Amino acid sequence: MNHLSLVIKREYLTKIRNKSFVIMTFLSPLIMVGIFALVAYLSQLNNEKIRVIDVLDESGLFAGYLEGTENMSFQMISEQISLEEAKRNISESEDYGLLYIPETETISGLEKTIVFYSEDSPSLTLMRDLENTLESRANTLKLEEAGLDAARIKGLRLNIRPKLETFEGEETSRMGSGLKLIFGGAAGYLLFMFIIIYGNMIMRSVIEEKTSRIVEVIISSVKPTKLLLGKIIGTSLAGVTQFVAWVVLIGIFGWMITAVFGIDPAALQQQQAAAQAESLGGMEQMVQDVFLEINQLPILNLIVMFLLFFVGGYLLYASLYASVGAAVDSETDTQQFIFPILMPLILAVYVGFFTVIDNPHGMVSQVFSYIPFTSPVVMLMRIPFGVPLWQQLISVALLFITFFGTVWVAAKIYRVGILMYGKKASYKELMRWLKY
Amino acid sequence: MEKLLVAQNVSKSFGSFKALNDVSIEVPKGSIFGLLGPNGAGKTTFIRIINQITMPDTGSVTLDGEPLQPDHITHIGYLPEERGLYKSMKVGEQALYLAQLKGLDKQEAKRKLRYWFERLEIGDWWDKKIQELSKGMAQKIQFVVTVLHEPKLLIFDEPFSGFDPINANLIKDEILQLRDQGATVIFSTHRMESVEEMCDHIALIHKSNKILDGRLVDIKRAYKNNTYEVGLLTDDDVKVLAEMKDRFDVSPAHFKTINDELQYKIQIPETASPNDLIQFLTQRGQITHFVEVVPSANDIFIETVKNN
Repeated sequence: MNHLSLVIKREYLTKIRNKSFVIMTFLSPLIMVGIFALVAYLSQLNNEKIRVIDVLDESGLFAGYLEGTENMSFQMISEQISLEEAKRNISESEDYGLLYIPETETISGLEKTIVFYSEDSPSLTLMRDLENTLESRANTLKLEEAGLDAARIKGLRLNIRPKLETFEGEETSRMGSGLKLIFGGAAGYLLFMFIIIYGNMIMRSVIEEKTSRIVEVIISSVKPTKLLLGKIIGTSLAGVTQFVAWVVLIGIFGWMITAVFGIDPAALQQQQAAAQAESLGGMEQMVQDVFLEINQLPILNLIVMFLLFFVGGYLLYASLYASVGAAVDSETDTQQFIFPILMPLILAVYVGFFTVIDNPHGMVSQVFSYIPFTSPVVMLMRIPFGVPLWQQLISVALLFITFFGTVWVAAKIYRVGILMYGKKASYKELMRWLKY
Repeated sequence: MEKLLVAQNVSKSFGSFKALNDVSIEVPKGSIFGLLGPNGAGKTTFIRIINQITMPDTGSVTLDGEPLQPDHITHIGYLPEERGLYKSMKVGEQALYLAQLKGLDKQEAKRKLRYWFERLEIGDWWDKKIQELSKGMAQKIQFVVTVLHEPKLLIFDEPFSGFDPINANLIKDEILQLRDQGATVIFSTHRMESVEEMCDHIALIHKSNKILDGRLVDIKRAYKNNTYEVGLLTDDDVKVLAEMKDRFDVSPAHFKTINDELQYKIQIPETASPNDLIQFLTQRGQITHFVEVVPSANDIFIETVKNN
């Protein structure tokens, strides 16, 4: 067996067998699914209570027209009671709040005069539902006042949904943007997480070799560059293993939890889908749209580029992490070097989630999808929206050229740094090491 | 004598700091070669160059007549001063890994490890984790891993640090035996008594320069200055002492005896022989002690470093 594969094998096996690695592999998905289930359960619990709202309607315009929602119901109270008395009554009862609609001369007068009393400030959802209910009735009244038939007007209203098509004649739909966002965002964010988790792991493994003083024994047999490469590859393989385990375990745990607690994810999805379908003109249409969109995403392009950017971006940062490990003597000293590495990475994620979503082909998005330290994340987010192939290729080329540059720099720092014991290097010293 | 390792005019700088300045060293085959020098003299840099961990700026190094090349690492066993093992790995798999890195295949490595583990009586450590071992125990494993692939050239940097006297002796005997079996040993240490005991040749590096090298006996011969340590029982100490001081260079000496005698170091002129001194002494009293003062490696080390 040659040196590189020996190093890779050792790195991989020690990572995989490490207790905390094993525990994290099994615990993380459990925690994730657990938190998810807990949040779902809690928000269900939170909303289960139907809030009763007493209505003191002095105008007499709303009686019988206020329809409750799943979280809220209305209860009319006698107009004979004064506002003060009603408020006093409600604080003694279990009811949530009091809606006071004063007498009014014109319907428009209602805009400012209605008051809602409650003990605490009501949630946004409740207010939105309340406002919608009131507005709907008031608008109908207003139309009637103008002598128009509200029901008829409703029947005449049109819903215009322009069909979306690219210049090349590909059909798209409004579902597309959301879907593209999910694909791109997931890819970019996955890379970001992967770099941070496993980059740190590589760094720790370099520091461990330094502090345990074995490194000089090793590099009397193995070239430092090979050791560096073997470390990066071995750790990455362990990372991929962990990721795959997570996906599988999350699936299993998720299935178990839904089975045990009787939450039916399909039903939940249907509920949501049905709600969306209303605005999209039918469930069927929506399902069609989704499939159309998935079909029209540049799947092959996406997969190939995902792999290229993922590998390139990861290796770029991994080599930097490794050289940080070589430059310091203990993990507590890493902060000052880690920060400049994290900066472009975090910037990339922010640019991705704010700028690219806003305008995937805008100036800023384009620039950041070329800069090698941000391009893996930003370009991955842009690709689903359709990026010309030549742009992608330039970006990949830049990424890999920079990668070879950083590996060269990292290898230099690594070679010198691993034999420097007992001190933390300054940036100035790092520059000097490059010349050794 | 045939040379195993020849370094010619080797220089190495780190930035503006010159770690080695034009150092030439020849290590004879089958010898134990002491590489001496104060801390920071450049010994470790020189050893790292032999191990191809760092490359020299100028100069050349040959092993068995061939310029150093990557596959030479399988012929070299190196025990660095700063040494350790992976804490979380088991003894056996760690030793196997290190042996495989030195080019042994797995079965052969296993067989040889068994042999050495038996020999050093550490056979039952195979499945232990390094963090369960004491420092001395870990050192034994490092020693085994260094010599396992039967290298032509063994380099030990402070091999005895961390060993108790019993184990230090054990390791010393193993090193001597390896030498007898044909290995050449480069031995870097500050412990002059082990240099005295083990080394055939030495080289002294000070402030990046080689300032002394050769066979230890030759060097001692060159450094001795016809001085003898004598004990003499006399009837009249004052008179004899005056006579001695008249003829020789005399300085007081101290050694343990059962007599109450004069104890002095006496340097005789280069033209004189020790017999002349004995003759002089026997005429004046009874000799209880007569030893030629041979400089120790320690004396030579200190004197040479001070003079440079």
